[in-house]
Amino acid sequence: MNIINVIEDTYKKEEGNIPAYSIGDKISITSVIAGEGKGKRVQTFTGLLIAENGSGINKTITVRRISYGEGVEKVFPIHSPKITKIKIESQGLVRRAKLYYLRDRIGKKATKVKQKKTK
Amino acid sequence: MSVGILGKKMGMTQIFKENGERVSVTVINAGPCTVIQKKTEGTDGYNALQLGFGEKKLDKVKRPLTGHFKKANVKPSKNLKEFRLSKQESDKFNVGDEVKVTIFEKGSFVDITSKSKGRGFTGVLKRHNFGRPTMSHGTHENFRHGGSIGCATPARVIKGKKMPGHYGNAIVTIQNLEVVDVIEDKNLLLVRGAVPGSNQSMVRIRQALKKPGVKK
Repeated sequence: MNIINVIEDTYKKEEGNIPAYSIGDKISITSVIAGEGKGKRVQTFTGLLIAENGSGINKTITVRRISYGEGVEKVFPIHSPKITKIKIESQGLVRRAKLYYLRDRIGKKATKVKQKKTK
Repeated sequence: MSVGILGKKMGMTQIFKENGERVSVTVINAGPCTVIQKKTEGTDGYNALQLGFGEKKLDKVKRPLTGHFKKANVKPSKNLKEFRLSKQESDKFNVGDEVKVTIFEKGSFVDITSKSKGRGFTGVLKRHNFGRPTMSHGTHENFRHGGSIGCATPARVIKGKKMPGHYGNAIVTIQNLEVVDVIEDKNLLLVRGAVPGSNQSMVRIRQALKKPGVKK
């Protein structure tokens, strides 16, 4: 195995700590935004998972939500120790790997994708 | 100045520090190196240690060198490099001793020397970071030129004028690179930032000349 991958594996999060998400899911991500110890500030960002980029330790996910009528996107490096929790709120059913077409939509359509039927 | 080490550049990646900071690092397979010769002021005029790094088959070694390795009673190595040291420092080692990556501490700083990637004959924009002439306002056939190289007095080109020419494939030292991690069992050194040369090329690592004993 390539030595670079071996190094990356030691710094990566364990597989069990990251839930099996897929594009189109509504997810909420809890991350430390500032400070350490007592002054630590934690924030949860909930939105639609619209893209996944990179591989290995550099893998990032893009989450989009409409906040006060304004589209907001955040890119999270999922292996960062600052990201403490990833929760899947609901599962979507989409046929694209990148949902950039949602950026052009206005109103209700902008935040909704088809939902996966749960048994 | 303490002894350095020889290594092989393996490539670059990114890692996370404990505080969540993302840093780009170069992975170097450093050592273990063997002391092959000890030069002293009495016999050679200066004090130095000659280190060997990497394996080489005995039948691939040129005949004059076989005797050199035989004298030290060590296995032949691919790369040989000298490190000039004070007498006190070089007395810490004997011929046949191993120098390991643990000579560097996590958080300390190092200088890394290597041969940079060869770029061939390059223009002034790439070689000397010249600015580019304007692309509009009537410019033609003159998009990557360096402009005038002198004036009527002294009617000659001044020595050292930056011009196109061969770039790269030269010995380059990058100073004050932070050691992010030392992995002893795999002989690996992770340093912050880039290191000259292509992957798999030999690098020479020493304690930082301008930051000795400084720890981050």
